[in-house]
Amino acid sequence: MGARAFFDRIEPLFEKGGKYERYYPVYEAVESFAFTPKTVTKAAPHARSFVDMKRIMTYVVLATIPCILVGLWNTGLQANMAIDAGLEPSGWRAAIAGIFGYNPSNPLANFVHGLMYFLPIYIVTLAVGGFWEVLFATIRRHEVNEGFLVTSMLYTLIMPASAPLWQVALGISFGVVIGKEVFGGTGKNFLNPALVGRAFLYFAYPAQMSGDSVWTPVDGFSGATALAVSASEGYQALVGHGITWWDAFFGSIQGCIGETSTFAALLGMAFLLATRIANWRLIVGCLGGMIAFSLLLNLIGSDSNPMFAMPWYWHLVLGGYAFGLTFMVTEPVSASHTNLGRYIYGALIGFMVVMIRVINPAFPEGMMLAILFGNIFAPLIDHFVVRANIARRAKRHV
Amino acid sequence: MAQTTKDLLVDPLVDNNPITLQVLGICSALAVTSSLQVALVMALAVTSVTALSSFFISLLRNAIPSSIRIIVQMVIIASLVILVDQVLKAYAFGISKTLSVFVGLIITNCIVMGRAEAFAMKNPPVASFIDGVGNGLGYGLILLLVGTIRELFGAGSLFGVTILQTVNDGGWYVPNGLLLLPPSAFFVIGLLIWAFRSWKPAQVEKREYKIQTAEAH
Repeated sequence: MGARAFFDRIEPLFEKGGKYERYYPVYEAVESFAFTPKTVTKAAPHARSFVDMKRIMTYVVLATIPCILVGLWNTGLQANMAIDAGLEPSGWRAAIAGIFGYNPSNPLANFVHGLMYFLPIYIVTLAVGGFWEVLFATIRRHEVNEGFLVTSMLYTLIMPASAPLWQVALGISFGVVIGKEVFGGTGKNFLNPALVGRAFLYFAYPAQMSGDSVWTPVDGFSGATALAVSASEGYQALVGHGITWWDAFFGSIQGCIGETSTFAALLGMAFLLATRIANWRLIVGCLGGMIAFSLLLNLIGSDSNPMFAMPWYWHLVLGGYAFGLTFMVTEPVSASHTNLGRYIYGALIGFMVVMIRVINPAFPEGMMLAILFGNIFAPLIDHFVVRANIARRAKRHV
Repeated sequence: MAQTTKDLLVDPLVDNNPITLQVLGICSALAVTSSLQVALVMALAVTSVTALSSFFISLLRNAIPSSIRIIVQMVIIASLVILVDQVLKAYAFGISKTLSVFVGLIITNCIVMGRAEAFAMKNPPVASFIDGVGNGLGYGLILLLVGTIRELFGAGSLFGVTILQTVNDGGWYVPNGLLLLPPSAFFVIGLLIWAFRSWKPAQVEKREYKIQTAEAH
């Protein structure tokens, strides 16, 4: 018996009047995950396209694959380098990774060690976030959809590798419930749920989410992120810490699991642009805002704040800029929806990132807060763009 | 108004709560709920100001010209707030310092003004007094609920007494720093409103618009 026949056989149980009517959203989720959804638009206007929500979400998950791979390798690399330098491996993860050795020059060992940290976080995220998704879908009678696969993957990739799993669970709960479900679910969330969860953890548990000892999951290790080094000593000092621009570009630096590699993020971006999932105007706006404002700050200069001198091409490769630009600025739901608005929205985020990184001494990294800030302004930007358009056209017909 | 004394006292607790239903007095609810002790003092201060101002305004209600009624109400409320402020400074200086500007800001608390306008101007003094007490208690109830959640999970204590031993003191509880920041009260109050309205669906507001679904027609 094929899977299709199986679904057809059990479907009546979940339909109206069936035994498990209440659990229809769960059935629907599994079915539409396995097969093309069969719901079609019944009201005009009819637009025919193969790009439905399922395909969009699946493409975004595919686009994160380079980031996942580099993230796994780099997490293991950082951990193995710390162990190589004399720190003791500890915990069950290190024990399993030890089968492959702790040699930092062995990519497989790095990969496995990274996997030991990535997998538990990802599994917890899926289980806890999935629980909330299904709970809300069942009670509110809407559908569970693939959007959560994107949220859970992005959320995992912006966690520090050493994040305690209970905090991971708390963060994704907050992100899914407060960031998305209270507003009505996927498509109605005006904030990016993954970032809402991350921001919650950032403010609730700063000791486990920021600082020098959380990025590499080895007890006793302490290493500042490249951005923190730049903030205290200037970006020129990075070379002294053994970080070249190319290291930062390819991602062998301290940072959250999936955010370190600009190269991997750009691969994902190319895929998203080629498939037209990401809107290029958002990316152009965000790059433009970042480059323009960092050039301006370079010109102004500062004696006391070394971040003023950081050139745009370092802003691009450090912290979560490239990752956020690829996967979060371009998220269609929380971004602006008008073409002009997209430039403005992107530019606002690009401007805010540099603003927070350089001028606010409390936060060395600014991408998360800048994107959430942009999310909040997106509807307002759209409103004014639409108003301006109406006013312009009204003038034509006096 | 055929409300009994009990209605006046109990209605504002849940059914007509000034914070969760009318969404008034939010500013101070964000600012003073990070510890339970401060929240309690603030609740008492607001209750006494609301009750007494309603009482005095109601006494004068037939003598107040309608055109300057707001000014007269403000004068009465402001006098009472200064009184409360002085009492706090005299007998609870530490808490008075923690509350800082928020005692003075009781003058601008919409709940006080709202009860004066909506109730005391039209009802006899004793009923107004009880209405003021009821609304003050409704406000206080939410303040204490929010304060309990924020202090317990944010600092692991209640009234300054350790309940959950924090990691820094050698215990197991990792305090949630977000709850000590004022924005967290937004989330907590929002979730409380959600809980109240699920419990009493009559409080749910009517939708201003309806999103058209694709399956319509």
